Amino acid sequence: MRVTRDLDLAEECVQDAFAKALTTWASDGIPSNPGAWLTTVARNRALDLVRREATLRTKLPLLVEDDAEPREPDTFPDDRLRLVFTCCHPALSIEAQVALTLRLLCGLSTAEVARAFLVSEPTMAARITRAKKKIAAARIPYRVPDPEDLPARVDAVLAVLHLLFTTGHTAPAGEALVRHDLVRRSLALTRMLRSLLPGAEVDGLLALILLTDARRATRVDDDGRLLLLEQQDRSRWDREAIDEGLDLTRHALQQGSPGRYALQAALAAVHAEAVTWEQTDWREIVALYGLLARRWPTPVVALNRAVAIGMADGPQAGLDALAPLGDEPTLAGYPYLAASRADFLRRLGRAEEARTAYQEALLLTTNTVERDFLAARLAGLG
Amino acid sequence: MAQYLVLIYGDEKALQEGGQGVWDETMKGHNDFGAKHATEIAGGNALQGADTATSIRPDAAGGFTVTDGPFLETKETLGGYYLVEAIDLDAAIAIAKDIPAPAGGLEVRPVMVFD
Repeated sequence: MRVTRDLDLAEECVQDAFAKALTTWASDGIPSNPGAWLTTVARNRALDLVRREATLRTKLPLLVEDDAEPREPDTFPDDRLRLVFTCCHPALSIEAQVALTLRLLCGLSTAEVARAFLVSEPTMAARITRAKKKIAAARIPYRVPDPEDLPARVDAVLAVLHLLFTTGHTAPAGEALVRHDLVRRSLALTRMLRSLLPGAEVDGLLALILLTDARRATRVDDDGRLLLLEQQDRSRWDREAIDEGLDLTRHALQQGSPGRYALQAALAAVHAEAVTWEQTDWREIVALYGLLARRWPTPVVALNRAVAIGMADGPQAGLDALAPLGDEPTLAGYPYLAASRADFLRRLGRAEEARTAYQEALLLTTNTVERDFLAARLAGLG
Repeated sequence: MAQYLVLIYGDEKALQEGGQGVWDETMKGHNDFGAKHATEIAGGNALQGADTATSIRPDAAGGFTVTDGPFLETKETLGGYYLVEAIDLDAAIAIAKDIPAPAGGLEVRPVMVFD
């Protein structure tokens, strides 16, 4: 802090020092005073950087994007990529992976990471410390995985970024529906990953985030109440994000045998391309969910496919498609199953059964905005 | 280089019921593993069944309680181990993936180093 002029730069230097520690400590062992070691490395790094401030500003931004400025050969993107794979190593718990990613790749403070996941700062600090300890003790490597392991490891990174996005897109608890900070972080990180390691699934995830987040301005009304896709003012969707998302989706699908993110992006694209709710191509959506279920067979995908069938063929068909999912143990605590059943029952005029289903969905929902929506639907049954 | 202990867990009952075929296949797997990773294997053994295990716990009176059976009662029991040398966890995991683990799985633990 004494040698650098701003906090961001200091943060970067500390991260660089930590990254260096991962390599050095893995080969030479942990120094007797790791704190002093880190401070020295960070300080040297800061001095080094301040001397080259003119070029460093083009090197340090989170988004390593193409720019016209000539640069000297550097290893910076490689360092970032190594750090991505360390933070998102499957030997760490998914919570730790997400926390380390925010802390080390986005430079959030431990307090900020704690706030993002609605846990106390000591809890988050303990989680991060434990993860760092495992990285050192088990020698989780600071390098890009071997080619044969790369696809699986990239999937693990994408899963972390996707989790970051979904946590921001519909906050699991709390007052606000959307946590824009987390959405922004996930978008920036996915762009960074794409610039470092292009591929169809990265394209797909970036497209999915852009197309989903393009609806941001219309997801709640002026009073913060939830608006369904059906009720949203499509003229206020972010056209720029949609255009970029559609381009990326096409690009992802052209690369053959689409993966789960490319298919999810394609689903979001169908909605983005429908000028009105009535023009939504539900047959296409049912078909895409069919492909997705083959590629990524989870109960949640099966649930979404059942809902799409209900939209294509009417509420009774939807209810029939939902029926087998009632025994699915992983969906037992999933509010959208009860909410979907409630909606089909309501549309069939089966008010009493709809009431029970809405009540069940309410018991399972913790987000305030979603709760208010369900309560309003329940009240609307009369 | 670091050392990792790879613990082999499995359902003994399933293995016994698998018959000679599963046994032969498992043994061949270990032979292949030994040949492929000869330079990385620092040690290893198969263990007799969990029904031969004896547990010893210090008791409150300063003595010991000795009982029949494994320390932890689980469906999947420790059946053997390898001590392997690897540059990092990814390398250790890559080695471990070649170890046969029918009806179970593997646990990789870094060995603690005392300076």
